[in-house]
Order: sequence, then structure tokens, then C-alpha cells
Amino acid sequence: MRSIGKSFPGVRALADVSISVRSGEVLALVGENGAGKSTLMKILSGAQPADTGEIFIDGERVHIASPRDAERLGIGMIYQEFTLVPQFDAVANILLGKEPQRGFFLDDGEAHKRAAALVAEFGIDIPLTRPVGELSVGIQQLVEIAKALAKNVRVLVMDEPTAALSEREIDRLFEIVATLKSKGVGIVYISHRMEELARVADRVTVLRDGATIATRAISEFPIDEILQAMVGRPVDARFPELPALAADAPVRLSVEGLNAAAVRNVAFSVRSGEIVGLGGLVGAGRTEILRAIAGADRATGAVAIDGAPLRARTPNDAIEAGLAFVTEDRKAQGLVLGMNVLANTTLAHLDRFARALGWLDSDAEERATEAMIERLRIRTPNTAQLVSNLSGGTQQKVVLAKWLLGEPRVLLLDEPTRGIDVAAKAEIYELMVGLARQGVAIVMVSSELPELLGMSHRIHVVRNGSIVATFDRADATPTNVIAAASGAAA
Amino acid sequence: MNPRIRLIGTIVILLLLVIGVNIAAHGSFLEPSNIVRVLRQITYNCILGVGETFTILTAGIDLSIGSLVSLTGVVMALLANSLHLTGFALVAVVLFAGIALGAGAGYVNALPVVRLNLPPFITTLAMMQVALGLSYIISHGRPVPLTSNAFNSIGIGTFLGGLSAKLHLPALPIPVLWMAAVVIICALLLEKTRFGRSILALGGNEEAARLAGIAVRRVKTMAYVISGICAAIAGFLYMALFATGSPQTGTGDEMLNAIAAVVVGGTSLAGGRGTIVGTFFGALLIGLLDNAMNLLNIDSYLQKVVLGAVILLAVALDEIRKRYLAAR
Repeated sequence: MRSIGKSFPGVRALADVSISVRSGEVLALVGENGAGKSTLMKILSGAQPADTGEIFIDGERVHIASPRDAERLGIGMIYQEFTLVPQFDAVANILLGKEPQRGFFLDDGEAHKRAAALVAEFGIDIPLTRPVGELSVGIQQLVEIAKALAKNVRVLVMDEPTAALSEREIDRLFEIVATLKSKGVGIVYISHRMEELARVADRVTVLRDGATIATRAISEFPIDEILQAMVGRPVDARFPELPALAADAPVRLSVEGLNAAAVRNVAFSVRSGEIVGLGGLVGAGRTEILRAIAGADRATGAVAIDGAPLRARTPNDAIEAGLAFVTEDRKAQGLVLGMNVLANTTLAHLDRFARALGWLDSDAEERATEAMIERLRIRTPNTAQLVSNLSGGTQQKVVLAKWLLGEPRVLLLDEPTRGIDVAAKAEIYELMVGLARQGVAIVMVSSELPELLGMSHRIHVVRNGSIVATFDRADATPTNVIAAASGAAA
Repeated sequence: MNPRIRLIGTIVILLLLVIGVNIAAHGSFLEPSNIVRVLRQITYNCILGVGETFTILTAGIDLSIGSLVSLTGVVMALLANSLHLTGFALVAVVLFAGIALGAGAGYVNALPVVRLNLPPFITTLAMMQVALGLSYIISHGRPVPLTSNAFNSIGIGTFLGGLSAKLHLPALPIPVLWMAAVVIICALLLEKTRFGRSILALGGNEEAARLAGIAVRRVKTMAYVISGICAAIAGFLYMALFATGSPQTGTGDEMLNAIAAVVVGGTSLAGGRGTIVGTFFGALLIGLLDNAMNLLNIDSYLQKVVLGAVILLAVALDEIRKRYLAAR
């Protein structure tokens, strides 16, 4: 792929990216969240078109306009989310869409023969006739690989293939990768796990801010230099100054022994007026920690606000205790898109506006919403505007308005500025600082390293559902945060 | 898309239809007596549709309402015949018992939906069979004629007959007043109360509603309870109209027509968007169409074909207009 460029409205995802992978080679593609790896691979797989640049396969310039083109050209993809039909067995999944037929009917015998020959050729050991939904995630991963191989791949892209695997399963995966190499397949291997690179990769390409930064053989590319290349830029100074934390500021939120699905024994505390950042890779369990605190998921452990233990079995318990949770995906979890600004703003605190028989005092709702529109500078013509017609940044402010209406003591923010424009970002940072000054305890999950470093008094780095490192504002650097997040001993 | 704007489509179709038919029927269509006749005819469908609107707004559905009309009618008739009460006391006790039965059936409908996440299509389909079976069992498959005449005025009486006669207007039938009461109460419930807001929110985005602290299970359950209550009220009015509780009442097209009134009235089957007033106009459109085709002597089998086409057309036009507005 040469000089690939891609822009989305308002964002330049890829500026000038070139990568190459040779036959029988593993190219590791690394970069921070948002560096452009996913976009690049979507272009290669035909899911999105490139704006500029060229793609060559075996020296021949090709056009990839659809996933079908990519498949025809021998480009195989293994995504983090599986594309298997769980009720089907491995045979049916591997041959999905190209089932052998005898006349009008499926030829099951022939299908089984073909699938068995394929897995034998590549040394993939999987049960062929059980529904794949009953198999472990690691085995499903192997089925996914076999499915890609059935398409006669020349280039195989593996996106974080070890994210869900056990150590033993990883060993097996690497054996299969070695077999693929010996058969001449070129492999693009995307991973955040630095320790794997030396084991599996031949060369490494580092992406940053939509551009290729460096490509070198793994033997000439020590891990600390890879990390340096990934992080690169200095943290820019577009963040407001955080208020100094009083030495005697009381603990507002304390979390001890928190366990939930994908959360392991998490403990931390946040003082009044403090902003604590949760860093880590996507999927490390940061969102799950917030959800567990907020009562959105089943969890065990002790959560206390101002010393009072919180029995957050439901979101409502948490709200009544003074906790507000601004979710990551505002469209899926934050807003009711078909309702207007007013109804979304008052949704979490309807009891405040309910009179006898549940009758809502619409004048009071109107006044409270107007006040929030003014306070957060929400750009909407009126309170009756449907939120689906607002811009991303404005929608995010409506979500914040919903939660700030309750004057929370603890505010959990999950990726508070994702997908919004720079001006709206700055306003949200100002708002966070203002709330911290009033004594609100804030926990912020952010995958944007500069934001994490610029907006946190303290940073906890989460990996595999646990806090693995803690940095004070003064000690946190891009390199040590990302090293802790990816498990590299830096 | 604002549901009030969606409603305009239905009303425009209504007006065009009304004017066209009135010309074709030489003015008899818009005679006051004919309009009152239409209102009386749509009463039952409208009340059932109003209840159904609540379940559809939660992205659910209630298929059991027809059978519940049958069951509550039979139970109320048997109860009325066995009680030693007269007049208003008898009517009140019977109505209360019927509503309690409808509410209970709605609660049972909702239980597997909110506890086990079963699809409401299935739970209410099961209730449709169970309620109908029970109705036939307790009535031994025969209509139960009312022995008391305390219900006559509710079924066939009129409101302020003397006054309307002076004004040379047809008197309003009592069942139409029941319909008006149900529409007004339910419209206020949906538009003006915390419960109504919660219904719309969870129908629009259940996860956002849950995280906002809304008691999703309780609100959903209430939607099915209201649907059951509306079915009981319809059962009560049918029983009063025929002076009989018949197991066969409600077992025809009633449930499907109620759903048609809801969707023609602009409520989205995907949940979260819709109005009670819209359902009233949906029922009115279907009722006017029926009436117009009778006035124009259209073959009754052909009427069904036309009705089906109009339902499709109304919803399709609405969808097209929605896309047009979204594309601007």
C-alpha cells in the first residue's frame, strides 16, 4: 500500500501511509489508539475506499472497491469480533458462501472432506462438527483463521488476534502463523502487546497520527524505541490548568475490591476536587470499571461516596447517592435520539419534576433545561429540538446536562470528548475544571493520551481488568503510560 | 421526527377522503347522524388501539387483547347474573372486577417479558390462546345473556338527548363518551406524566433509560397492564351493547384492527414514537373508510382489499415523508 490517504468529515484519519508486506513474512503494525491502523485495514479489506494512494499485490496495481474485491484478490481479514455463525459447526462456517453442492442440494460429505483437508494442511486442530458457539474463544479464533484460509489468501490481516486468548492458545496460534509463513502467506499483524512482537514479527511498522513513522526489522528495533516512535509528539498545551488539589481534600469516592465481568479486584479513591484518569488500551476493562461503580453491571466490592457505602445494585441507587455516569457511546447509551432536548435533559431526574399522580411540571422542566442550555452553552434553537438533529459536541453537552442537573458529587466520564470538534472539547475541559473547583470528584476514562495526561491529577493504568500502574501528574509521561498499558517493561 | 408532524399525514388523508366520499355519496357522508354512527362504530377499536399503543411504544406488542375482550365479557356477565345487586352498584362492581381481570392478565403477559426477556409476541400469543380457552370453558361455549337491565343505558343509551334534539343534532351515544374518556386520560398519561415520559424513553433507547435510573421493568409491566385494562373496558362496552357476554366477541379481526389503528395513527412499531391522539385518528380513518365504502355500495369482500391497501399506503406515505424530512 503506497501513500494512502483518507479523510472523514473534520478528521484526517490517514495522511500518507505506506506499508509493504512480503510473501512469507509477518509485518507488525503498531500505533496508539487512533493512529490509523483500523482505517488502513478497512481500506485494504474494501470496507472503505481510500481518498488517495495505490495498492499493489504481487506487483500489480489493484482496485479494491468492496469486500468482494478484497476476497477475490486473496486478502483475508481476521477481526477482533468474530464473524462466525455460532449455531453452525466449523465445516459450515469455513465454507460459508461457497458450500459444495450436488445438483440442487448441499453436499455435506464433500464439505467435510474439503474442510478436513484444509485444517490438516495448515496444522489447525479444531473439532469440525460441533457448533462453534460451544467452543472456547481461542478455538473460535482458529476457526476464523481456517475460514480465511479457505479463500486462498495471499495476504492475511490479523487484528489483535491474541486479545482474548490464553497463553497456550497463543502458542498454538503462533505455530499456525509459522506454518502460514512457510506456505508463502504475507501476514499483517496488529497488536498492542509489545512482548509478542519479538516472538512473531519479522518487521515492524509504526503509525502515528495517520502517517508512517518508521519501518524496521524487529532485530534492529528495540521495544523502547518502538514506544518512543508510537508516542512521539509532545503533549500539547491546549488543556486548561487544573485547580491545585488541597492537601486536606477529603476522599469523595472510594472503591475497594471491585470485581465484575472483566474487572479484577480494583481499588482506588478520588478526593473532592480531584480528576483521576483511567488509562489503558481499548478493551482493558476501563469502561467496565465505571459501569460496575455506577450499578450498570453486576458487581461485587465496596463503593462509598463521602464515606457512606453505596449499594449500587441499580443505576437508580447510584444516582440517588450523587453519582453520575456519562457513558462512552452517547447514541447507544446516553441519549434517546427520538426525544427532544428537554426530555433528554430531565430524564435522569424526573422525580424532581413529578407532582401528584406523576404529573410532570413542564414549566419547571422548561426552566431547568433553559438554565442548563445557558450554563453549558448548548447550541440548540430551543428545548423542543430533537437531539438527533444536533451535532456530536452539542449532543455530548446534552448528556452532560442530564447528569449535571442532579448536582452530582461524583462524576464518571467515559471518553467524554470522543468524536466531537475541538471547540466543544475545550468547553468540556473547562467544565470539568469548574466542577473540580466546586469539589466534584471526577473519574475520566480516555484513550487519547494527551487528554489523559493533560486533564488528570492522577492516572491509573488499567490492563486486563486490574490497575497495573499509578502515576502522579508530575511523573506521568506518554512513554511510561503506554508502556504500562501494553505490558512492556519500560 | 416529531410524532405530531407524522400525525398530519393521517389527517390529510382523512380530509381528502372525507371530501371525496361526501361528493360521491351526494352529501350523506357528512350528515351529523352519519358522523355519530361512525364514532359509535370506532369506539371499540379505538379503545383497544389506545391500550395497544402503550405496548407498541415499548417496542413490544399485545396479541391477547381480542381474547381478553371475550374473557372479560363472559366473566363480567356471569358475575352480573350471580350478584344480588341492582343499578349503579351492580355496574360499578362488575366493571371493577372486569378491569381487575384485564389488569391481571396484562401483568401475566408482562412477567415473562421483563423477567426472562421473552419476546412479547410469544407471551401474548400464549395468553391469546389461554384466555380464549378459559372464556369458552367457563361459558360452556354459549353466550351468557344478562338478566339485569342495569347495563342497557351504557350499551345503547345516549348523552343529553333532550338538548341535542332541541339543537337538531343527533344525540351522542354513551359508548362514545367512554371512548373520549379513555383517549383523553391515556393521552394525558402519555404526554404529561413521568410514566408516559418513561415509556417513550425506554421505547426509544432502553439502555439510556435504564442508566438514567428509570425502573424499566415496572414501566414495561404497566404498559401491558394498561393494554389489559383497555381490553376489559372494550369487553364491558360490548357486553352492555349486546346485553350478553359472548365468548365469540373479540375473536375476529379486533386485535389486528387495533394494531392497524395504532400504526396508521403514526406510532412506530420499533417503539419510542407515537401518540394516543394519533391512534384515535387511525381508528377514525379506518372507521370512515368502512362507512364510506358501505355508503358507496362497495362489495364487502372488496372492502377488505381496499382496507389493506389503505393501511399499507398510510404507513408507506408516512415513511416516505419521514425520509424526505430527514434528507433535508
